Amino acid sequence: MKSLGSFRRKFAPWNDPEAKPFIAIENVTKKFADFTAVDDLSLNIYNREFFALLGASGCGKSTLLRMLAGFEEPTAGRILLDGQDMRGIPPYKRPVNMMFQSYALFPHMTVEGNIAFGLKQDGMQKGDIEARVGEMLKLVKLERFAKRKPHQLSGGQRQRVALARAVAKRPKVLLLDEPLGALDKKLREETQFELMDLQMKLGLTFVVVTHDQEEAMTMADRIAVMDKGKVMQVATPAEVYEAPNSKFVADFIGNVNMFEGTAAAVANGKIDIAVEPENFTIRTDALKSCAVGQPVGFAIRPEKIRISRKQPADPSINSAHGEMWDIAYFGDMTVFHVKLESGRIIKAASLNAVRTVEDPLGYDDMVWVNFDTDAGIVLTS
Amino acid sequence: MNTTWSRFNIASLVLGFAFLYLPIVLLVVYSFNESRLVTVWAGFSTKWYVSLFNNQSFIDAAWVTIRVGLISATVATVLGTLGALAMTRYTRFRGRLLFSAMIYAPLVMPEVITGLSMLLLFVAIGFDRGIWTVTLAHITFSMCFVAVVVQSRLVTFDRSLEEAAMDLGATPVTTFFKVTLPVILPAVVSGWMLAFTLSLDDLVISSFTSGPGATTLPMRIYSQVRLGVTPEINAACTILIAIVAVGVIIASIANKRREVQKARDEQAAARN
Repeated sequence: MKSLGSFRRKFAPWNDPEAKPFIAIENVTKKFADFTAVDDLSLNIYNREFFALLGASGCGKSTLLRMLAGFEEPTAGRILLDGQDMRGIPPYKRPVNMMFQSYALFPHMTVEGNIAFGLKQDGMQKGDIEARVGEMLKLVKLERFAKRKPHQLSGGQRQRVALARAVAKRPKVLLLDEPLGALDKKLREETQFELMDLQMKLGLTFVVVTHDQEEAMTMADRIAVMDKGKVMQVATPAEVYEAPNSKFVADFIGNVNMFEGTAAAVANGKIDIAVEPENFTIRTDALKSCAVGQPVGFAIRPEKIRISRKQPADPSINSAHGEMWDIAYFGDMTVFHVKLESGRIIKAASLNAVRTVEDPLGYDDMVWVNFDTDAGIVLTS
Repeated sequence: MNTTWSRFNIASLVLGFAFLYLPIVLLVVYSFNESRLVTVWAGFSTKWYVSLFNNQSFIDAAWVTIRVGLISATVATVLGTLGALAMTRYTRFRGRLLFSAMIYAPLVMPEVITGLSMLLLFVAIGFDRGIWTVTLAHITFSMCFVAVVVQSRLVTFDRSLEEAAMDLGATPVTTFFKVTLPVILPAVVSGWMLAFTLSLDDLVISSFTSGPGATTLPMRIYSQVRLGVTPEINAACTILIAIVAVGVIIASIANKRREVQKARDEQAAARN
């Protein structure tokens, strides 16, 4: 069998202008009294996609998920599922199933009973139900626990029952509300891969809501970064990280050093930025254009900044002089905080690829931070 | 744990229990009295129980009480549960405060007033008083108690259970009977038992609303006492106490067992 990665690399229906979206969210707004939870939002989600809605609490991601499930109706706009308008269709008639954050297992039913519940509602034959329940139990490796009640299970087992119950009906779309939120860190990491594996095996479309960016980055084909009811960017994890389209996204995902300045020179996709208050110029290969004098931001990830004791000889490399201010050692990597003469702290991360370093950098050392012209992102919004 | 029993503690405990239970103990003891006089002990006998069971008016009253209790408790439970659902589910409708106040008001309404107003209503609409008027009156006052009991359970009810059921294809009606009701059932049963007990020992409202041939046991006992207390009354009361005590003990043992079992299961689940 091919690994997940080989499929993933080729899977990009969003780049195909011919591809029809499986879920089309068109200008959807949801208001609660005078609070706007979702604000004129449009999104396309494709068949078999693992899609993540990422944002801080209160950004509207859960409301959007609940509108897909049918628990809330949009105030304006419409949601199409496989071409069908979902307006007015109650949750129990939608071909979507949801895995709840609290799992919402029925406490008075056994594991089997929970999984069979949805199948019984469809009027499936008894023998077929038993077969499907058995298949689901095998899928989530809970065969031994079929007769137990939810309170007789551990947190991880409950999570798997909730998952089995939600996919038992083979929905077209599975909605997952913070599916791993209640698990501890180790279990969460294992379960991430189990979820991805399951999604591939069943060939379903997954829409997951999460506030955990690592979770979203690991699992999803594409991520929608949300803020205040709006989508800020929709892109693959790598694009969101390496090519954020706004200061908000750059700042929200991962660690970043952010500079503010004005475009001093613009030519051939290169932008030189005059940075305040240091009064130095950052040369960039922005691959985009803007007006001279326009205020721009510059974002650069810590791992793309190098630290050296001497100024790099190549004048095309951006560099700045500073003092080693703080060292955060994580084992696998170290994050250095360098204080520039202006007082600004620059974060630079380096992988500890060798066990012993002859001349390690220490506190109060005078160093040069430097980076290439294509290492950062120029942000005009 | 360090528990020292001071004399004061012991004294207050003894006095407290004596205050609560001495009258009942006396009543039970004298139900087994040989003598016709209630206050003079003349040896052990069960003859008053025999004579009680031969007293047709007492037997009739007991049947009336049980019938009224069963019917009124059941109807009150249905209505009270519906009321509680409405109160917890529709939290933002116009006049909700008034509505909830109106559900609670009968709890603190003096029984005399409830009884009298019922009587006036039945007279006004020309409803002949009898077993049905008593039953209706009992439904009216006990459904409020059911509503309160069920509502306190619904407040902690996880709504996502219902959403999960509907998400899995259950209509609202199926969801209610397959998920909501089974989960809140213990509270509904407690509500029913409370309503039944209230109906069983109600005197004031029954007196106002009953008619010929609809004498309940408390009414029978009360009217008998006015003519002079006989040990037969003691025997009747002892049986009532026994029934209630057995019910309470069974309910609390079952409850305790369930809790212990649940705690044990949860510990076992955490281990594997």
